[in-house]
Amino acid sequence: MARAVTPQRKALNTAIAWGIGLLIFFPILWTILTSFKTEAQAISDPPVFLFFDWTLENYSVVQERSDYMRFLWNSVIIAGGSTILGIIIAIPAAWSMAFVPSKRTKDILLWMLSTKMLPAVGVLYPIYLIFIRMGILDTRLGLVVVLMLINLPIIVWMLYTYFREIPGEILEAARMDGASLKEEILYVLTPMAMPGIASTLLLNIILAWNEAFWTLNLTAAKAAPLTAFIASYSSPEGLFYAKLSAASTMAIAPILILGWFSQKQLVSGLTFGAVK
Amino acid sequence: MGQIKLESVTKSFGPVEVIPPLDLTIEDGEFTVFVGPSGCGKSTLLRLIAGLEDITSGKISIDGQDATHVPPAKRGLAMVFQSYALYPHMSVRKNIAFPMKMAGVPVDEQNRRIESAAAALNLTDYLDRRPGQLSGGQRQRVAIGRAIVREPGAFLFDEPLSNLDAALRVGMRLEISELHKRLKTTMIYVTHDQVEAMTMADKIVVLQAGVIEQVGSPLELYRAPRNVFVAGFIGSPKMNLLTGPEAAKHNAHTIGTRPEHIAISQTEGTWSGTIGVSEHLGSDTFFHVKCDAFEDPLTVRAGGEVALKYGDKVFLTPDLTQLHRFDAQGLRIA
Repeated sequence: MARAVTPQRKALNTAIAWGIGLLIFFPILWTILTSFKTEAQAISDPPVFLFFDWTLENYSVVQERSDYMRFLWNSVIIAGGSTILGIIIAIPAAWSMAFVPSKRTKDILLWMLSTKMLPAVGVLYPIYLIFIRMGILDTRLGLVVVLMLINLPIIVWMLYTYFREIPGEILEAARMDGASLKEEILYVLTPMAMPGIASTLLLNIILAWNEAFWTLNLTAAKAAPLTAFIASYSSPEGLFYAKLSAASTMAIAPILILGWFSQKQLVSGLTFGAVK
Repeated sequence: MGQIKLESVTKSFGPVEVIPPLDLTIEDGEFTVFVGPSGCGKSTLLRLIAGLEDITSGKISIDGQDATHVPPAKRGLAMVFQSYALYPHMSVRKNIAFPMKMAGVPVDEQNRRIESAAAALNLTDYLDRRPGQLSGGQRQRVAIGRAIVREPGAFLFDEPLSNLDAALRVGMRLEISELHKRLKTTMIYVTHDQVEAMTMADKIVVLQAGVIEQVGSPLELYRAPRNVFVAGFIGSPKMNLLTGPEAAKHNAHTIGTRPEHIAISQTEGTWSGTIGVSEHLGSDTFFHVKCDAFEDPLTVRAGGEVALKYGDKVFLTPDLTQLHRFDAQGLRIA
């Protein structure tokens, strides 16, 4: 028998869900609110919530002091580039793991994931040196490569999960129909896995967009993305909370909007295969 | 175009040998059915011919050419899968066009072949639909259409009708048989359903545990099964197989008699028994008769109007001219 849901219970559940949602969203909301305050109001005690003199001053100062568009463009290239490069590499890898698994496939998958367990700072020194030697420090290319490598295990894992849901017989049919391996992946597998590929793409753009460790350590000025843009407003000499908040709001706005419009795709992609 | 020859072909999955050395020739234009119980290796054998599985040793030749290491796409064979394996993201038209697109057939020619295949398979009105919007029978037709347009050397069918309901199955069976008569292309058809095998095949290959038990025309197999397994497998309802003193009377370890070769009477006969379950098909009635002399009930065919009911005493008389005799190894005694 289905569980009976009383209206009271439903209302309570809704209230709890909203409560948790607001709790999670609160830091972002606070940041956005602070970005409209003056520096004095931003650090006032007790803090003011909504009743302050709304001002756009912080935004104009931030815009004057640094070139937002340059950072934004770097972020777009680094997040987009690393994700697309990662997908191109991961599709054949996930194909072979999903459709021609060997005894070691599971081990390889786990090993790939285990690279995510190492704290990033553990390999900072060697990677920094490699970057210097190769002359790719503070270049967008360098960051595309390093972020692609960081997220590759996740991309492969996600695609592997989606591919496993595709019946092998359809790929065999393509093979019988005369498709080469490349054509099989291009015309049959990829279009069929498109929902999965799209959500992998979205999630990885978000992860790469928000990645702060490598982007801060491996850039200085030329290739610095929005994470560096935020960081440049948190200085030890004196904290300008309102300006820092304005910079943060500007940095997260594009990805928030992207996430908002693609949330349906993201959720359906992430729960894909969970229920059958 | 389409003689397929297997010479000492074997297949092992790890340490498990699923096909011991096997030789088989399928002649050009023949409709050959591989039949056997589940797990007998019939689908594996088909996949070996298709090239979807590599053989462990031996040789496969198609039209005299060694195809052992030729990839599936280059063998000139088309396959219809049990699950239809249509491309869900493509329209029916694109599904059917796919093998031609891969082969680089000019678009005009592609369209001509699509139209003619669609007309032959009653798919003309559905060309712009997606497979998800079609019924099971229509999907199967699309899969067949996709196979036809390639003009392959041979068609391979892997239990193509087992996902259809009974009525559709009979209809599709006729369509496939008719297709074969029209195209005269070699067809290899895998099924576990001996009725399909009997009704469609020119040649039946009965398999058990990867071993060919017998090869022959449906009636050859029916009339002269080479061993007890084939005797029991071919024919519906099954042949009655008897061992013990009754078999010894005929100098055999096992004797077999088909349901239609036993006369049923209420007054006299060789074996006495009582009627158990009876199956009325209208044209025929199958009685399951529990005889005093045997442990298992015998199946007997009688006319559709025979009025016997549960518990009636009857006598059975086998037609001795139609008796099958087998030795202790299960092999037929001539």
